Amino acid sequence: MALDRSDVEKIAHLARLGLNDADIPRTTEALNSILGLIDQMQAVDTTGIEPLAHPLEASQRLRVDAVTEINHRDTYQAIAPAVQDGLYLVPKVLD
Amino acid sequence: MQWEVVIGLEIHTQLTTQSKIFSGSATTFGSEPNTQASLVDLGMPGTLPVLNKEAVQMAVKFGLAIDAEIGQHNVFARKNYFYPDLPKGYQISQMELPIVGKGHLDITLEDGTIKRIGVTRAHLEEDAGKSLHEDYSGMTGIDLNRAGTPLLEIVSEPDMRSAKEAVAYVKAMHALVRYLGICDGNMAEGSLRCDCNVSIRPKGQVEYGTRCEIKNVNSFRFIEKAINSEIQRQIDLIEDGGKVIQQTRLYDPNTNETRAMRSKEEANDYRYFPDPDLLPVIIEDAFLEQTRATLPELPPQKRERFQSQFGLSLYDASVLASSREQADFFEKVVSISGDAKLAANWVMVELGSLLNKQGVEIDESPVSAEQLGGMLLRIKDNTISGKIAKMVFEGMANGEGSADEIIDQRGLKQVTDSGAIESMLDDVLAANAEQVEQYRAADEAKRGKMFGFFVGQAMKASKGKANPGQVNELLKRKLEG
Repeated sequence: MALDRSDVEKIAHLARLGLNDADIPRTTEALNSILGLIDQMQAVDTTGIEPLAHPLEASQRLRVDAVTEINHRDTYQAIAPAVQDGLYLVPKVLD
Repeated sequence: MQWEVVIGLEIHTQLTTQSKIFSGSATTFGSEPNTQASLVDLGMPGTLPVLNKEAVQMAVKFGLAIDAEIGQHNVFARKNYFYPDLPKGYQISQMELPIVGKGHLDITLEDGTIKRIGVTRAHLEEDAGKSLHEDYSGMTGIDLNRAGTPLLEIVSEPDMRSAKEAVAYVKAMHALVRYLGICDGNMAEGSLRCDCNVSIRPKGQVEYGTRCEIKNVNSFRFIEKAINSEIQRQIDLIEDGGKVIQQTRLYDPNTNETRAMRSKEEANDYRYFPDPDLLPVIIEDAFLEQTRATLPELPPQKRERFQSQFGLSLYDASVLASSREQADFFEKVVSISGDAKLAANWVMVELGSLLNKQGVEIDESPVSAEQLGGMLLRIKDNTISGKIAKMVFEGMANGEGSADEIIDQRGLKQVTDSGAIESMLDDVLAANAEQVEQYRAADEAKRGKMFGFFVGQAMKASKGKANPGQVNELLKRKLEG
């Protein structure tokens, strides 16, 4: 499997990465070499092997359902670029 | 052309945990913006999610209630997309190994038949925050209190064939999650939200048509209207030679139409992958059995019990069992009054219309189960007639106190003292001497109607309080004279 320019443009858009036109060939090449390694791994026969969800041989610990956090809004909002009426302000999402 | 409609639904239910699914923030609805958004909910670097046990238990409870396979090894995945109310840039959800697998739910159709609807899966995920698009100096306001609230997304099979069936399914699911106590079902507050997948195909065709998804419909009425308008749109489109394009649409209740979401709002390349911050969740058999033991009696079992234990009709039993609050209210009235049929009638008819009129749910009923049960006792021991009971009920609805207090204060106690009834009847007959003459002169055939006149006068004179049986009997004797 190999990516072409349009794949890379699409992936960059989905990840909201602003790639320069000049960077695209280099990025395509880098991604393709990673995929080459994956192709090599995919050639291994994995019949009968369960897919791995996590590299650790452990299972998730569960938390008791209790409220342990208190309101730190003012502290958290001190580093926000814009706030109003307790809301974080972001560039308009809908026009 | 005869068209067949195919509908599948995705229902998002907010679980009623105290804290969020991956953090210790509160989940209370309607708090000041961002006062329940911790570092984890804000997606700050260096934080890690820790799974809430109660959310897992609630999901398992749901799975057991719909007879589903429980994913005893289930895995969380990241669903990647960018939106300001999702600070991490991904939603933690489940993809390949959900906690609840295939199950089913039975719904009752309008003609009384029962249809089984398949549930494909249900998975745990976190809710996003809220975007407020009102004008904040030309910007969008973000409230992250809701971010991280646990959701159980329930995905149905495309088993429904009309908007009415879809509504029946959502109602049954709504009742179930409330019975289980895992979701408050408040659709106005967004605790239960529904996405509807709708397609049509020529009757008899096996392959499905192209579907459209109507996002976020938030009332039973809108679900039915949104689906019907989408069905009509697809039929018109195809019959005019067009083609349905797979897309996400929004329903506008004002125009009763669906419109396509702009492509900018749509992002369906989510690039799911297992979340490395969370280990696989293992549900041990013991946990499963423990959870099974907490399952309450569910609507179908309750309906059957109401029929066999109380001798109610299928209809009455299904109506009363349709919500847990109503069923509990009814059973309380029965336990006080000892008369299930009388209790069923009063809960469904008089109480039902009172609640309807006031637009409140049964748990906010102005007349309590204790009050209603107490009043039924007074009907049963002949203290009041059914007619007077309606006045007493009105009094209770107006906050005048218990049935006994109202009967006492307003002097509504039925008169059963035959001496008192007789003397009242003597007065009535004396005041209507002419009619008495006519009655005695009339032949048997005409007397029936005339007798009714005297009964009416007597009940009026006693303000409805004289025991009707005694009035009849004594009156007859006196008129025979």
